[in-house]
Amino acid sequence: MRHMATEAARTDPDVPGGDVAARPPRAGEAGLIGEGERNVAARPARAGEAGLIGEGEREERASRLAGETSSRLTNADRVGLLRAMLSMRGIEERAMMLYRQGKVPGSFYDGFGQEAVSAGPAWAMHGHDRLCILHRDLAAHVIRGVTLERIFAQYMGRAGGITGGRDGNVHFGERRVGCVGMVSMLPDMMLVAAGLAMAFKLRGEQRAALTWFGDGSTSRGDFHEAMNWAGVQKLPVIFILENNQYAYSTPTASQFAVDPVERAAAYGFPGLSVDGNDVEAMFEATREARARAIAGEGPSMIEAVTMRMHGHAAHDDMKYVPAEQIEEWRRKDPIDRQVRRVEALGVDVAALRAEVKAEIDAAVEQALAMPMPEGETATDRVFADEPALLEDGASRWSGF
Amino acid sequence: MPTMTYLQAISDAMRLEMRADERVFVMGEDVGVFGGAFKVTDGFVDEFGPERVMDTPLAESAIIGTAIGAAVEGLRPIAEMQFSDFVSCGFDQLVNVAGKMFYRQGLSVNITVRLPSGGGFSGGPFHSQNPEAWFMHSPGLKVVAPSTAEDAKGLLIKAVRDPNPVLFMEHKHLYRRVKGDVPEGSYETEFRARVAREGTDLVVIAYGAMVHTALEATADLDGASVEVLDLRSLVPLDEEAILASVRKCSKVVVVDEANQMCAAGAQVAALIAQYAWEDLDGPVVRVATPDVPIPFSPTLEQAVLPQVDDVREAVRELLEY
Repeated sequence: MRHMATEAARTDPDVPGGDVAARPPRAGEAGLIGEGERNVAARPARAGEAGLIGEGEREERASRLAGETSSRLTNADRVGLLRAMLSMRGIEERAMMLYRQGKVPGSFYDGFGQEAVSAGPAWAMHGHDRLCILHRDLAAHVIRGVTLERIFAQYMGRAGGITGGRDGNVHFGERRVGCVGMVSMLPDMMLVAAGLAMAFKLRGEQRAALTWFGDGSTSRGDFHEAMNWAGVQKLPVIFILENNQYAYSTPTASQFAVDPVERAAAYGFPGLSVDGNDVEAMFEATREARARAIAGEGPSMIEAVTMRMHGHAAHDDMKYVPAEQIEEWRRKDPIDRQVRRVEALGVDVAALRAEVKAEIDAAVEQALAMPMPEGETATDRVFADEPALLEDGASRWSGF
Repeated sequence: MPTMTYLQAISDAMRLEMRADERVFVMGEDVGVFGGAFKVTDGFVDEFGPERVMDTPLAESAIIGTAIGAAVEGLRPIAEMQFSDFVSCGFDQLVNVAGKMFYRQGLSVNITVRLPSGGGFSGGPFHSQNPEAWFMHSPGLKVVAPSTAEDAKGLLIKAVRDPNPVLFMEHKHLYRRVKGDVPEGSYETEFRARVAREGTDLVVIAYGAMVHTALEATADLDGASVEVLDLRSLVPLDEEAILASVRKCSKVVVVDEANQMCAAGAQVAALIAQYAWEDLDGPVVRVATPDVPIPFSPTLEQAVLPQVDDVREAVRELLEY
């Protein structure tokens, strides 16, 4: 039945609940599918859902979606989401400059163009929920309450960074705000997130765990083990597949024959494709998934369809990506989109940008003043003497 | 004091910890209704229920990965690998996630992974391995390996309470062969070595099943006084106890059941060479399994795993040096 429902949702534009459907074209499809002909979400319809898209033609849906809001967001929420995305972009742009100036060792990885993928879901999670955050998801850290100077210090390998110089770039998680940092082996954190959810379930708590992972990592075994385990145990976990079209230089067409979001049904839970450049759509999809999770209905998978607008890391000039693909996605910039919405509310976005910039300027100054870690501490604290566990972060959504 | 087998002592440790601390739970393949491949958790599901004696999918990476997640959220999982050999399928989660978590982000990972290890019963290449050295080489993981029933219980209780990932190497061949007096109630055995037998002429350093091999091999050696040092813990390695025995005895045989290349005994030998050179009256001699997979057929298996005669011969030769 689930399969049939999926088919129906895919082929019949009028299936109720086939919401948040804007699945932009994949690599190589550019030019074949126009703006108004996006695929419909591959997800079984659920009764009683308030879909973002009502009756009508696909073209009409797409245009309505572009200006759609979540009815569960207040104006302050919508500004907050924009602010988090502006912070992420501002921090990363500044960090890239610092990298080029030799102040950030190693390499630098950013999430330019993917800001909505972390901001929307993080906003939908309660402070007592837990997040396992990937490297292009800086907005999630900001939303949970990590201060900016510690993020810059992290990039610079300073003692005041979140890992105190023990790990670099976005390989961090601030345990005091309920976040577990990623490792480079992907998607290992899918299993850790499932374990967090397992703890909530064992203790009978109404809490959820969320993790992000990329399109490339769906090829690894841990993806299967996590999806299967979560499905078998009906865990309160949300898996966000960050489909940015490329795993380093490898396009999705060389990565999988079946879109991973369609595999969710095979593990016994819904998979939903969402426009990953629409922060409010990402919020709404996550909010629904979280509601399912804490109601005991099990996991959900959300595919955030987006585009990696920069190279894999600072050294990567991304020659393997067609220029027209970048140009097409530039028009779908998630920040521009949210700016239009927020400006329509009468908010002074220029002032907001200035505020964020001032915060970043101050944070960079603070971070540059922090000392580097002492070499002799490199062998300290390999083992814990006392338990040091996760603590709660900020709850940012007005609905909590 | 009751007498227990090595296996019963392991069960007793888990049962006591689960009764005393609701954060402790057991997870693994077939550990629930079936009671585990070796029956270590026999009857547990009746006492603690299926949620705390969790039958998992056949997925070692998931067993370890989800145990890590549950641990950083405050639980104390005891994860069983059905055979230590299968930990290779969960290697990444242990080495990259669990082992580096505290160092990188100050988040402690209170997991215990039980690894039924070792050979001697025709288990063949995939049910006989001693993978401890893989993890000794990976920072952030503790590795312990009891040889007696009393230590099996005390070390396991200590492991469950330790805020770090601990790999508990339980030797399958000792499960029902080794019995001993085991104190009632809870107690912790420190992750330190113990002198299994005092001696002055030569020390055999071993752990796990090889402690018994060493004791038997040196029980009656024409009046020679042979010490046997049971390491009990490989990470942390009790360097003080090793060097003290070497300084006292001046001759050392190091025994591993594991393949010899970079085994625990190699680290012990290097330690002695660097810090006790002046105290030695002969070369540091190693007895270990040659670098071959563990073969199935009894004649082949006995030819590679260190036997009592192999250790006795090595000790005799060194005594005469």
